[in-house]
Amino acid sequence: MLKYILKRFLIMLVTLWVIITLTFILMVSIPGSPFNSDQSSNETIRANLEAHYNLDEPYPIQYLLYLKSIVTFDFGPSIKQPNQSVNDLLARGFPISFELGILTIIVAVISGIILGILAALRHNGVIDYLAMGIAVLGISIPNFILATLLIQQIAVTWELLPTATWSSPAHMILPITALATGPMAIIARLTRSTMLEVLTQDYIKMAKAKGLSPWKIVFKHALRNALMPVVTIMGTLLAGILTGTFVIEQIFAIPGMGKYFVESINQRDYPVIMGTTVFYSAFLIIMLFLVDIAYGILDPRIKFHRKGGE
Amino acid sequence: MGKILEVNNLHVTFTTYGGTVKAVRGVDFHLNKGETLAIVGESGCGKSVTSNAIMRLIPNPPGKITDGSIKFKGKNLVKYSEKQMRSIRGVDISMIFQDPMTALNPTLTIGTQLMEGVIAHHGVSSNEAKRKAIEMMDLVGISNPEERLKQYPHQFSGGMRQRIVIAIALICEPDLLIADEPTTALDVTIQAQILELFEKIQIATGVSIILITHDLGVVAKIADRIAVMYAGKIIETGTKREIFYKPQHPYTRGLLNSVPRLDLKGEKLTPIDGTPPDLFSPPAGCPFTARCPFAMEVCDKVYPASKELSESHHVNCWLQDERAKQLLTAVRL
Amino acid sequence: MKSVNEVKSAHSPSQVPDEWFKWKEKDEGAAEVVARPSLSYWKDAWRRLLKNKLAMLGLLFLILLAVMAIFGPILSPYEVNQQDLPNQYQPPSAEHWFGTDNAGRDVFTRTWYGARISLFVGLMAALIDVTIGIIWGGISGYKGGRTDNVMMRIIEILYGLPYLLVVILLLVVLGPSLSTIIIALTVTGWVGMARIVRGQVLQIKNYEFVLASKSFGTKSSRIIRKNLLPNTMGPIIVQMTLTVPSAIFAEAFLSFIGLGIQSPFASWGVMANDSLGAILSGNWWTLFFPAFFISFTMFAFNVLGDGLQDALDPKLRK
Repeated sequence: MLKYILKRFLIMLVTLWVIITLTFILMVSIPGSPFNSDQSSNETIRANLEAHYNLDEPYPIQYLLYLKSIVTFDFGPSIKQPNQSVNDLLARGFPISFELGILTIIVAVISGIILGILAALRHNGVIDYLAMGIAVLGISIPNFILATLLIQQIAVTWELLPTATWSSPAHMILPITALATGPMAIIARLTRSTMLEVLTQDYIKMAKAKGLSPWKIVFKHALRNALMPVVTIMGTLLAGILTGTFVIEQIFAIPGMGKYFVESINQRDYPVIMGTTVFYSAFLIIMLFLVDIAYGILDPRIKFHRKGGE
Repeated sequence: MGKILEVNNLHVTFTTYGGTVKAVRGVDFHLNKGETLAIVGESGCGKSVTSNAIMRLIPNPPGKITDGSIKFKGKNLVKYSEKQMRSIRGVDISMIFQDPMTALNPTLTIGTQLMEGVIAHHGVSSNEAKRKAIEMMDLVGISNPEERLKQYPHQFSGGMRQRIVIAIALICEPDLLIADEPTTALDVTIQAQILELFEKIQIATGVSIILITHDLGVVAKIADRIAVMYAGKIIETGTKREIFYKPQHPYTRGLLNSVPRLDLKGEKLTPIDGTPPDLFSPPAGCPFTARCPFAMEVCDKVYPASKELSESHHVNCWLQDERAKQLLTAVRL
Repeated sequence: MKSVNEVKSAHSPSQVPDEWFKWKEKDEGAAEVVARPSLSYWKDAWRRLLKNKLAMLGLLFLILLAVMAIFGPILSPYEVNQQDLPNQYQPPSAEHWFGTDNAGRDVFTRTWYGARISLFVGLMAALIDVTIGIIWGGISGYKGGRTDNVMMRIIEILYGLPYLLVVILLLVVLGPSLSTIIIALTVTGWVGMARIVRGQVLQIKNYEFVLASKSFGTKSSRIIRKNLLPNTMGPIIVQMTLTVPSAIFAEAFLSFIGLGIQSPFASWGVMANDSLGAILSGNWWTLFFPAFFISFTMFAFNVLGDGLQDALDPKLRK
């Protein structure tokens, strides 16, 4: 188990290094460097930039100092807003984005698993077709389109819920729904298919032969094994939800990090784009690592495997 | 000697997208208290389906018991509801599966899997269940049971896992144990140990056993009676002695001839040519006709009735008919 | 004790005529005949796919969409960027079947141009992914050993990179255009395909028929071409059908955050983004058509992919 964690940890570090180095290379290769005077005519901004990126040093030194700044959690200044650093934006925006993301995951996981189990237990029944119908729609409709549809129908036409911002629980319902539907659909489909597969396993037949109730067979014997694959795709789903916050925050005018990020893209505020990308990538890569570890803990076989083999 | 189980005219079919498979086509047999009946046949002959039908574990859809009765202690299990069956499974009838590597849930401890049956059926406390579990682990020969109850299946070898599966099957003290190829997935040395364990538990608990196997070596060791199955039908039944020394059906003889025997040195091993018939459209007559060295025209047309050779020995074969016997003597002359 | 082993027979032995008791003529090979017609893998898979109504609906939609993407603009008298400001926000009518947008451009014409771009981006991305993925995964799985180890480590690292964030980064630097979007989507996109191909190759290369060809001294390239590839096609095709919608989604998503394909092209994502404000004022059609086509195209590819997966999975063959 320790060896497994160590291996995953090393891969995580290398991946982090790759993304940081990539941002650096892209940064210095941007046509008409972001640090050109026409982009940053403002004196304060120019001074901030030079201080952060050590532009007068040669590239290798720049690179090392850049690495150091990121390791020390300093993501650099903005070139569009004087006296604003990426850290300031993150401090303001990330908590809101994080709240949106966490609530979305909770909603998606719970509803997805319930839908998947119902579908598997009523295989080829009405509930199955209904659940899978919802799931395939959820996968097919992009979140930004679902968001606009929800605003138009529920907020504008029926006036049931507020259209924008993040000020009360009522405001949160539509953005979370728009963002959670896709991941929910993926979880539901995966839970259903693994559940169906697990239900044909010998140990399920054995549990039936013991005379256990269907309830016990499903929840004690099948569900845990069926949810293993759901854990493995959590990393991918997190990445989807995180990038999803960019558009959802923009559409619902939620003052989160995603909104700042999209603004920075539209204004070509390169340091903010790079800084946020590095921060979000690091966040996701660490999450991916934690998901791997969680999988190792949930499946007792992995400990054994790693001890014996590899 | 009372009958614990009577199966009459059992039919099981599976509806697949390629058509309807008649996997079991009118099977009759019975099992006496405390005896071991072996059902022998090639893979796909319907022996596993028969055993699953007794437990009512045929997945429906696609499988279905279309006709016949399964009388356990006089009660017809075919008529039982799913809920009634649940109170039979594990308590009165238990089952052991072929592959111990897949029969145990990888994510639950051995202890949990052992104890959940007693807790569910007898409503005992977990301490009582644990005491019972340790007792069963002792019976099946697993040392240091208290410690091992906390372990997961992957921490046991194949033979040990099969012992655990047997312990799970026996923990509620069933009257009937159905063992579906219990030694097939194991090493030869382990097989012998498991077979000895079966003998030991039968003496200790008096349980009746139905042993499903394709391995005549296993049968020779522990069976009292043997039923030979072919293409969804039982074609010959008899005591172990009758089947091994006086086999009547050409298929039974073929089976025996394709097993190496130490006592018949120099005798050639003769495999049975060909493959069993397709059960999508089973033949009207005897299904073995196409592979039978003694096939007559009648065999293709009509399925032979059962002929009683002794109280325990029955065979379904046209060669038993007087007219066929004349044909045979003509050949010998 | 009465025997229970009485099989009911249609005839009692006495009813069977004597002349049936003679040896049967041996017809050689009769025992070997398998009654069920054996279908080839692809024919069988195709038959299963035809039975899947949802997948067929998806396939039909995609064919129609491809036809309209090619011929749709020809049917329309308007140019894709032909502006007509006095006629902005016209609802669907006989002149403008899908209405007009904020600049008075014909939504019908623009929708089919959008289809061209979305399908082109999706198919190109899938094609490039497959090419790199097959080469990388094939070599990695077939060679094994250290080569495999190094190649897999690289894949593991690339797999850890957040896909859309890398795409955004690249587009910020390269500047958004049709070709840069396709490049950005495939830079890390092939990794999933390579993993699938490698897994398949690993599994199949130990099959007996491959070992057999090896023992006859067949050349590696021939084994890969003749044995491995046909047997890995199933999962690759499925992965391809699922890559296309994710590329279409990514393109629309990028348009939405300002990194989409620039004028004079009109992609569905750009159209949807342009009409965000319009729906609040009730001009629903400007959003509806691109949104509908993005969603339905993704739906069609998804159900087709699912259908193919079911149809091609040998485990499901009975």
